[in-house]
Amino acid sequence: MTGFLQHCVDATSLASLYALLALPVALVYGIMNLVNFAHGELIMIGAYALFLFGALTLPLWVFLSLLVVIAAALAMERSAFRPLRGASPETLLVSSFAVSYLLQNLALLLFGSRPKSIETPSGLDRVFYVHGLRIDLLSLLTVALSVICIGGIAIFLKRTQFGVQMRAAAEDFTMARLLGVRANSIVAAAFTISGALAGVAAFILVAQGGSAYSTMGLTPVLIAFVATMMGGLGSLAGAVLGALILGAGTVTLQVVLPASLRPSRDAFLYGAVLLLLLLRPDGLVVAHRERV
Amino acid sequence: MRGISLHVDEGELVGLIGPNGAGKTTTLSSIVGVVPVASGSITFEGRPLAGTSPEAIVRGGIALVPEGRRIFGRLTVEENLRLGATGRSDADVGRDAAEMMERFPILERYRSSPAGKLSGGEQQQLAIARALMSRPRLLLMDEPSLGLAPLMVNRVFELIAELRSEGMTTLLVEQNARRTLKGADRTYVLQNGTLQFETTAGQADVEHVEQHYFGIESREAV
Repeated sequence: MTGFLQHCVDATSLASLYALLALPVALVYGIMNLVNFAHGELIMIGAYALFLFGALTLPLWVFLSLLVVIAAALAMERSAFRPLRGASPETLLVSSFAVSYLLQNLALLLFGSRPKSIETPSGLDRVFYVHGLRIDLLSLLTVALSVICIGGIAIFLKRTQFGVQMRAAAEDFTMARLLGVRANSIVAAAFTISGALAGVAAFILVAQGGSAYSTMGLTPVLIAFVATMMGGLGSLAGAVLGALILGAGTVTLQVVLPASLRPSRDAFLYGAVLLLLLLRPDGLVVAHRERV
Repeated sequence: MRGISLHVDEGELVGLIGPNGAGKTTTLSSIVGVVPVASGSITFEGRPLAGTSPEAIVRGGIALVPEGRRIFGRLTVEENLRLGATGRSDADVGRDAAEMMERFPILERYRSSPAGKLSGGEQQQLAIARALMSRPRLLLMDEPSLGLAPLMVNRVFELIAELRSEGMTTLLVEQNARRTLKGADRTYVLQNGTLQFETTAGQADVEHVEQHYFGIESREAV
């Protein structure tokens, strides 16, 4: 029983990190049909910002790093994606690849190929034991941050006028504009949220791994992309659901696979994802659109 | 589309009819800035609209009831309705919303349900109410009767007549030529991307138009 609960604790932590990765990708896709592969590089920029501001006090360190990522996200939209507004999703995808590689190589140029180690606040690795369950502070923080961020975004989208406009734009961008919704504000807001969540994810990943390097955004963005696909591209709730299943699935496989097969865990995981997409090509939550 | 010249005067209900692919929707899309205009000009209240964003155009006093209704299926009926007032900053939005729900009782009944659950006719009422929420000085309607049950088609044309008597300036795009000709102050007939001719209301015109509608003879654009 304790073993099972332990596994639930681990799964919750991983799944909430995945949800933080997937939500912004789904949000940006919903609004502008852009699968933003360069979201991973926003995380990387966040990590390097954490490295650069490492000498500051904790609140200033986190705040400035977050600000840098949001600024980077807005700059990315303004320079690379706004000129392509209304282009086909394929064109947008390819340009996001270009942005992604450009930023990776820029980081390589600026910081070199060796990872920059970052000292995280002491105490984050503290471990509690509750009725025999091992809970570390970082996992707890990951879940808390994820719940706060996703809950905050959900309330914003549901309760505020601007949030309703964003949901309308995610469903039918042109129609929203035809009601007077300002396209530029909506897209800028989506990238601001995207940048903020990338910043939070960067903090968690740095706290876990202890370093920043140029290709560190690659795996997170792939996970975000897969989770978003599983949930049904364009559905925010679906993306979170996809992330939760992917996170839980990862931990479950880690537990149930025999030791000899564990190194190929991801092969089983993504095999299962493939199977799911074969059975439900549109994902778990079908984003139905009103098109006549 | 080329050689189109049409105008709508204040308080007028003007029809724009023609077969599928004649360019009716394209005409509306160019007015609201979704389709760029290669040459020529579109003015509203004396101001040119070309080169402005769709949101700026609709904020300037134009509202569109689009083809296929295009309500936001995952948003509630009330959220859809209030989105119509996006460009407004006055304090009367709440009162207008309440008035709309009184005028369209179905919206009151389902105000908290996802709009995607409404039937086609109900969605059409929502689309019209949503457009009216901006208090437009020009209302564009694109095939509001398309795909609706006969009873609902009657209701939509009644509503259009009501709006006309209230003095709403309207450009109505329709495939239902007979009813449009009957209801409108004037009607333009489009074919193959050019204007065929322009009529005023009256039974005689209906036959006249029908002759041309089925391509008996072609005329110079008006």
